[in-house]
Amino acid sequence: MKKLMTGNEAVAYGAYLNGVRVGAAYPGTPSTQIMENFATYPGVFAEWAPNEKVAMDVAIGAAFAGTRSLVSTKHVGLNVAADSLFYAVYTGINAGMIIACADDPGMHSSQNEQDNRNYAKFAKLPMLEPADSEEAKQFAGIALEISETFDTPVIIRFVTRTSHSSSLVEVSPDQVPPPPGEPQPYKRNPEKHVMVPAFARRRHPVVEERIKKLAEYAETLSINRIEPGDDSIGIVAAGSVYQYAREVFPHATFLKLGMVYPLPKNIIRKFASMVKTLVVVEELDPFFEEQIRLMGIEVKGKEIFPMVGEFSPTLVRQCAVAAELINESGAEAEAVATMAVNAAAKLPIRPPILCPGCGHRGMFNVLREAGVLVLGDIGCYTLGVAPPLNALHFTGCMGASIGVAHGVDKGKTKDRFVALLGDSTFFHAGLHPIVDVLYNQGTTTTIIADNRTTGMTGHQHHPGTGYVLQGKPTKFIDIEKVVRGIGYEKVDVCDPYDMDTFRKVLEDHLESREPSVIIALKPCVLQTKEKHTPPRIDPELCTNCGSCLDIGCSPLIQEKDFVRIDPLLCNGCGLCMQVCPMEAIIRD
Amino acid sequence: MRKLDFLMAGVGGQGTILASNILAGAGVELGYDVKTAEVHGMAQRGGSVESHVRWGEKVYSPLVEQGKVDYVIGFEMLEAGRWPMYLHKDSVVLINRYRIPPPAVNLGKATYPPDQEIEAILSGKGSRILWIDATEIAKGLGNPAMVGVVLLGALSRLVGGAEDVWQSVIERQVPAKFVDLNIRAFQEGRSSMSA
Repeated sequence: MKKLMTGNEAVAYGAYLNGVRVGAAYPGTPSTQIMENFATYPGVFAEWAPNEKVAMDVAIGAAFAGTRSLVSTKHVGLNVAADSLFYAVYTGINAGMIIACADDPGMHSSQNEQDNRNYAKFAKLPMLEPADSEEAKQFAGIALEISETFDTPVIIRFVTRTSHSSSLVEVSPDQVPPPPGEPQPYKRNPEKHVMVPAFARRRHPVVEERIKKLAEYAETLSINRIEPGDDSIGIVAAGSVYQYAREVFPHATFLKLGMVYPLPKNIIRKFASMVKTLVVVEELDPFFEEQIRLMGIEVKGKEIFPMVGEFSPTLVRQCAVAAELINESGAEAEAVATMAVNAAAKLPIRPPILCPGCGHRGMFNVLREAGVLVLGDIGCYTLGVAPPLNALHFTGCMGASIGVAHGVDKGKTKDRFVALLGDSTFFHAGLHPIVDVLYNQGTTTTIIADNRTTGMTGHQHHPGTGYVLQGKPTKFIDIEKVVRGIGYEKVDVCDPYDMDTFRKVLEDHLESREPSVIIALKPCVLQTKEKHTPPRIDPELCTNCGSCLDIGCSPLIQEKDFVRIDPLLCNGCGLCMQVCPMEAIIRD
Repeated sequence: MRKLDFLMAGVGGQGTILASNILAGAGVELGYDVKTAEVHGMAQRGGSVESHVRWGEKVYSPLVEQGKVDYVIGFEMLEAGRWPMYLHKDSVVLINRYRIPPPAVNLGKATYPPDQEIEAILSGKGSRILWIDATEIAKGLGNPAMVGVVLLGALSRLVGGAEDVWQSVIERQVPAKFVDLNIRAFQEGRSSMSA
């Protein structure tokens, strides 16, 4: 029987079917649903780790202990986990280990569009890339086999379009994972597992030898396959890009790569000799192209297709037409279309915004009024950058806010400044820099916008929610106690709905010139379902001054001579009532 | 076997993802190869949402190519208007007559495009535009969240396929206590198209 599954669902299913019993991850678009789905299977342990490095270590440890494991992450999460990735390639693993890693070309929800295929080459480990959900399921099994045969973790690479696209997957109710074995004694092997220089030096040649053997193995893998066709063009492609190219070049000869590192050089040589023009279609970096060119083979790639942005069948076709790889006559009604497209481009945009009732809004309103430089971080609150709030001035990567603020402090500025990050981000990468501020006698005030969830990725638990991934209660790690425990003496917990109090607390902290923490505590209203009676605006009292519109809340709608509130959208938080100078916003 | 490509356009929170899952499920039930593509964007709510559903004998790309979409289903008028590049001369655009003003309009810094402007943008290649008061119908049923299923009801009339096939997919995909309401929403959408 066949079932529609996203790539994220399918790789979790494949991992489960193949006996993976430990999974760890930190949420990150587009990878989040891998661990959420894995956690639903019986007999597995799955966790949200505080960050990707911890998740990677947990998966490595499970594999050391003899249990197949899965770590999932978005592309930039692998940067956080890179230190652990590199040692695991040296130590090897005991049971099979999958690293499911999802890139985000086009940056739908990311700060960069790094091509993580480079990590396979950099850290010297094999990487597979599925082109649809059925492959995502199957590649999980292949990855585990490779992992155990070659004693190495294996990366399965996704991109947004393979993670979040659905396609049919063969599902058999009879197919169940092998039963778990009895726990075995831990294989103590310091020469292999303790990476002091003397031992690590012996491991490096093993790594080099292994990747050579993997390249030989790649020649035999059926997931690297030549699909015969017209020999005038030969296309090399993998992943979702293979699917786009298949539509644009329906008759071409294809080399479809399932293993994207190391490459099967003999197959590539054979393929190149079969076709007149060799073309690599690959998103982001010229990863295949450079390696093929180094083999002395003439190949076209980035001279035709861009290095930047997400591909689509439309883009692949446009590039192929421009390079005269295909002839396209479909220019009928082109002028009309161009006019319509231009008109559509002028329609008002609809960017993501803070939700009605969001606690971050009151906080940003106070920060903007105070004219404070806000060194921000990654989460829903990054949306504070958008008009009309315009109240966030830096976002780099997870946890960067506090360290950058400390640097701004030491680098000196005339501006008053704060570091701002969320609760989940604090546990992810905020603990170390908040220690640094205290240790190195900084004056940074850190605001932790605590909404008791990982909001942006869709409400996942974290150490400060009191619940584990599966929603079961666990030890609640109290951020206030954490920062007091570290040694912060000036700590306030404050409800950002109450802007007057929040304003006073902020001014007090900034004036004190001592390292301090404000916890702006307001649980996410989408999560708690907190809702109050929507207020209304009395058009007689409204002078149309626009003060309420400046808080950037979508139910507030500008009419000709006044502002009104859409009661269907309104959460009833009452922030607009606090900012109206005419007291025209009334709750009946 | 023919191919059918759909594009659903709406605002985060309107239920486009559930609707595209039902549409994809109906395609499977009717014997097609099916793929879908969507982006879980930055914010939980309020941004533009675009989701592709493809039915065919063999579907490669989960994303539809521009100029090849057969049906655009606009959950919101402005969002429907963004996608003329996906249309061909025989496309059908089904638009819910419902406005959600984007931030710039709320702030009085832009105007919401009038109906004729949206029609002009979308009918450039000769596509057929069909308006439907899906939100009104859903509100009439007591739940504006039914808008997606109302639209699917209307779409089912255009696309074909036995009514019970669609309804069986809805029964499988929505929580048990909402099945009756969803079926009613589907039927109301369906009968709105026969008029």
